[in-house]
Amino acid sequence: MKKLPIAFYAGFLVVALLLAGVVSYAASSSPDGLDAVTRTGCQLDESGEPAGGECIAQNAGEHATANSPLADYTVGGSEGSTGVAGVIGVLATLVIAGGLFWLLRRRSSRDETPSRVE
Amino acid sequence: MDPSTDLVAMHMSDGIVNAPTSVIFGVVAVLGLAVCVAKARRDLDDRTAPMAGLVAAFVFAVQMLNFPILPGVSGHLLGGALCAILVGPYVGALCVSIVLLLQALLFADGGLSALGTNITNMALIGTFVGYGVAVAMRKLAVRSRGGLIATAFVAAWVNTVVASLGFVLEYAIGGQGLALGTVFGLMTGFHALIGIGEGIITALTVGAVAAVRPDLVYLTRTAAPSLEIKGARA
Repeated sequence: MKKLPIAFYAGFLVVALLLAGVVSYAASSSPDGLDAVTRTGCQLDESGEPAGGECIAQNAGEHATANSPLADYTVGGSEGSTGVAGVIGVLATLVIAGGLFWLLRRRSSRDETPSRVE
Repeated sequence: MDPSTDLVAMHMSDGIVNAPTSVIFGVVAVLGLAVCVAKARRDLDDRTAPMAGLVAAFVFAVQMLNFPILPGVSGHLLGGALCAILVGPYVGALCVSIVLLLQALLFADGGLSALGTNITNMALIGTFVGYGVAVAMRKLAVRSRGGLIATAFVAAWVNTVVASLGFVLEYAIGGQGLALGTVFGLMTGFHALIGIGEGIITALTVGAVAAVRPDLVYLTRTAAPSLEIKGARA
């Protein structure tokens, strides 16, 4: 088996952490394309939430996990915690996705002998 | 209980399409993901499995970075073409799905009942359409790094626009509130612009990976994606 490109992996992770942890503060807070469509025709209340009018977002329900400690990419709803929530999200994604893919992977040829154990 | 005033929701919420439509696309998503899990194994080994986990984490990070496209309207990466080019379409669709699942469960972004529609649009349609475009342009992609970067841009743009058509289809089946033609026009118009951002991000990312570790770019590493896998170098 060839050596794993550990340095590359580490660099890739650092980039992702910086994007989620730091650059995320510069992200636009305008609704995205989909949200802009579902809000078209809505009357918005003073906090910018749909409150009447004829629009798609009128049918949207409150989110089932709106009370999650990480809801809306914050930690406990506290302001300025987007970066922390982002870092948690990156690490959680890495662990879940990486773990799943590691379990699914083909074992390298050496231990490919069909041993029943494991 | 007070719903946040932040506009951070990025994906379809619960109730945007009716319950039967949510169920239909929930089934579509489950079936599609089952195929992906079965086929992903072939593309995962000791080197590519960690890479795929990192690609998923990267997509999560970049999806947080909404960029402005018009006054009052933003866009963000969907990630299908990006994942497909780097780790293959089956693993790639799983990467995007895991991101969507975590966003819905932990970050209250994208409704739980809308997971089927969101996964269908962004993880299945976006990834496989993006991959199809990339494969069609593969001759260009293997010629040079510039060719690969151009391929990544085009695949990502198409992935974004076609994924938005997935929403239009779901809305046509089970949505209400706006005329279908209006929804079609706004969705494709906005996503033609968002696709430019998606294309730039995808091109930069794929270009950077190809510069450092070309062996970790699925599209150009694998033999022509046909039936030639048998008997390939082992």
